[in-house]
Amino acid sequence: MIAEIGHFSLILALVVALVQAIVPLVGAHRGDGAWMATAAPTALVQLLLIATSFGCLMYAFVTSDFTVMNVAQNSNTLQPMLYKVSSTWGNHEGSMVLWVLILAVFGAMVAAFGGNLPPSLKARVLSVQAMIGVGFLLFILLTSNPFERVVPPPLDGRDLNPLLQDPGLAFHPPMLYIGYVGFSMAFSFAIAALIEGKVDAAWARWVRPWTLVAWSFLTAGISLGAWWAYYELGWGGWWYWDPVENASFMPWLVGTALLHSSIIVEKRDALKTWTILLAILTFSLSLIGTFLVRSGVLTSVHAFATDPERGVFILLLLVIAIGGSLALYAWRAPILKGGGLFAPISREGALVLNNLLLTTAAATVFIGTLYPLFLEAVGGGKVSVGPPFFNATFVPLMIPLIIALGVGPMLGWKRGDLKGALSRLKFAFIATIVITFIAAYISWGRSVFGVLGLSLAGWLATAVILEFASRIGLGRAGSGDVLRRMAGLPRGAWGMTLAHLGFAITVAGASGASLWQDEVIQLLRPGETLSVVDYDFTLRSVDSVKGPNYTAQRATFTVRQNGEVITTLAPERRRYIVQGTETTEAALYTQWYADIYVVIGQSDGNGAWTVRLYFKPLVPWLWAGSLLMVFGGFVSLSDRRLRIGAPSKRLAAPEAKAPTAQPAE
Amino acid sequence: MPRILFLAPLALFAIVAAYLAVGLTRDARILPSALIDKPAPQFDLKALKDGDPGFSTADLKGDVILVNIFASWCVPCRAEHPLLMRLAQDKTIKIYGLNWKDRKKDAIAWLNELGDPYDLIGHDLSGRAGIEWGVYGVPETYLIDRDGRIRYKKVGPMVEETLTNEILPLIQELTQ
Repeated sequence: MIAEIGHFSLILALVVALVQAIVPLVGAHRGDGAWMATAAPTALVQLLLIATSFGCLMYAFVTSDFTVMNVAQNSNTLQPMLYKVSSTWGNHEGSMVLWVLILAVFGAMVAAFGGNLPPSLKARVLSVQAMIGVGFLLFILLTSNPFERVVPPPLDGRDLNPLLQDPGLAFHPPMLYIGYVGFSMAFSFAIAALIEGKVDAAWARWVRPWTLVAWSFLTAGISLGAWWAYYELGWGGWWYWDPVENASFMPWLVGTALLHSSIIVEKRDALKTWTILLAILTFSLSLIGTFLVRSGVLTSVHAFATDPERGVFILLLLVIAIGGSLALYAWRAPILKGGGLFAPISREGALVLNNLLLTTAAATVFIGTLYPLFLEAVGGGKVSVGPPFFNATFVPLMIPLIIALGVGPMLGWKRGDLKGALSRLKFAFIATIVITFIAAYISWGRSVFGVLGLSLAGWLATAVILEFASRIGLGRAGSGDVLRRMAGLPRGAWGMTLAHLGFAITVAGASGASLWQDEVIQLLRPGETLSVVDYDFTLRSVDSVKGPNYTAQRATFTVRQNGEVITTLAPERRRYIVQGTETTEAALYTQWYADIYVVIGQSDGNGAWTVRLYFKPLVPWLWAGSLLMVFGGFVSLSDRRLRIGAPSKRLAAPEAKAPTAQPAE
Repeated sequence: MPRILFLAPLALFAIVAAYLAVGLTRDARILPSALIDKPAPQFDLKALKDGDPGFSTADLKGDVILVNIFASWCVPCRAEHPLLMRLAQDKTIKIYGLNWKDRKKDAIAWLNELGDPYDLIGHDLSGRAGIEWGVYGVPETYLIDRDGRIRYKKVGPMVEETLTNEILPLIQELTQ
């Protein structure tokens, strides 16, 4: 019964979405206020219906209703409650329902808080949102019904993929989807602007907060995924250039470009058509990212069950959405009037360079990801794509990006003073040279890229700090004045400084791991000790333990650093009963400058166990840096200037939170 | 700006979409290899683990053999690994591995951790032998019949369904 309610709600949501897609659009065209006004209530009803449907699906998972095929295939009575809940989106069908739910939430937010939007723009934006919704709801209902029954129902379910039974991954998809779907707002605003034929600073002020929300969540989602890969897959890597990872990374790259180019539209009224194109591309890449792994055209470890019928539908959807919007762009974008001019050496110029490098980087990732497909289509060839390709193409693009990122914020709008900026960065040059020498000295002969990465990170971090210091007048003004200036600095400036600093720390983390990583592998018996760098691991025992839905071998290690006991670590090797698959649960000990990481492997049958120890320097910085970037995004979101132009009620009380900032935790 | 430039994104997307469409029609399961039913290519590889015998074309005669191309940096390989382990434990078929574009140390660590299902492993650091096989990504899996001819190719990770519906029946057919 509950499952049928869920199914029926989805069908109703589709009908409502159709109304929301057509009526307001026609109304906006005719200038009919009543027709336009249907947009908001339909968006709210749509949210209600999809939320009901999602609630029904989750109920089926929580109560282990195995008459629903989806539940039978992806859940099990033995699973802890957290994973019963996360199973709801840990499968293809359920994740699509989550996707439309988030889409509906964003639409409802515009409907509820978009009171100060021009009515025709609001109607068109909501109509475009609904069109996306129609496509996805059709996809779910026609090819991926999550509420399908199974007769006769099995006694117990087939369990969620054990690799996904992990707290980090339970929250990875929702974060990622808020990011993906969040970009639909920029997309809808771009399409609406193309229809209206008007882009101005107010438009950009509307688009920026939505892009910031999406970007912050996507950053968090990607980091969470990398973090999961790091400790769950058990061999200490965190990024593999896997198609699924790339699928989320491409919208991130283009979205980052969009974030920056919309600043130019807002402040300088320039680069309008480019920004519109970026908005379309970002969401298009989100769509491709959502679908690539579900269509069966590419294979990956995260692969959802694929089915050729789905593939055709997906392709059709992509062609209509992306092809349609790009056609509209080709037709309407030329009529948008360009605005302010600027010299190449200027803040705008720096942002354009940022855009060019980021989009080129996204293009290389795109080619690398889809390359096997292209090759096969033209009859096959014999080259390979893997990490070597991306290291050779993507990494070199990041070098000028980071160098320019240090200088860009120092330049003035319209016409910048490069010499002046560089002379203010004197200290950053000196710091970079010192860091380079130290890094090269410590790690002579190990990795050129690693040293380069560290010196770039050092350059960026000092440049960001110098820029911030000069903004608050450090060294020029008295301390009281400095504090006053700090307090008066717009949140947007704080956000920029934090995010850029976060990026520098992330780069340092990524480089450090390649520089000084150390590892040992050895067969170890209880009582024996193995050392890596200055840590000594003593294997105390290996015990069989029983979890709710798995059995495990748990090794207990006492860890000493320079002779002193610092911690006890207990890595596991789990065998999940239902699916019969094994997973490794690495044990980690984090210090501010490094992780130590231990994995237990197979037994040799004679009482010894394969043990792997890693010393992973600077890896914690990766996560700290990503967190700082996300934090910077949210700080920037709380900026008053955004809040006023943003989707909050007109004349909102200053202490009222911007609605866009609410989903922070 | 000339109007025609605004058409460029659409044109580029059209090309991508066309490739995607072709990609859809070519299911990886429908034997994309030009080598199907041809003799296995000529190659000669040193062993992954020092002291073990190497792996060359000559090893592919006389038995039905499953050849699996893998690398430690390849995430899908990790996904299909339990299936290979099961095949090895059930002693269903001889499994030969071709370790592709991988550092020895990494590959051995990987096998130590996940288990080693392979009866023989060749180490192809340069990817040279992979070129002979027509490999364009890892993992790939081949079935070789008693005469040393390639009878089946699977691009991408094996899953439960491929194994039961395609590979196991074919193994049975070839061993009869």
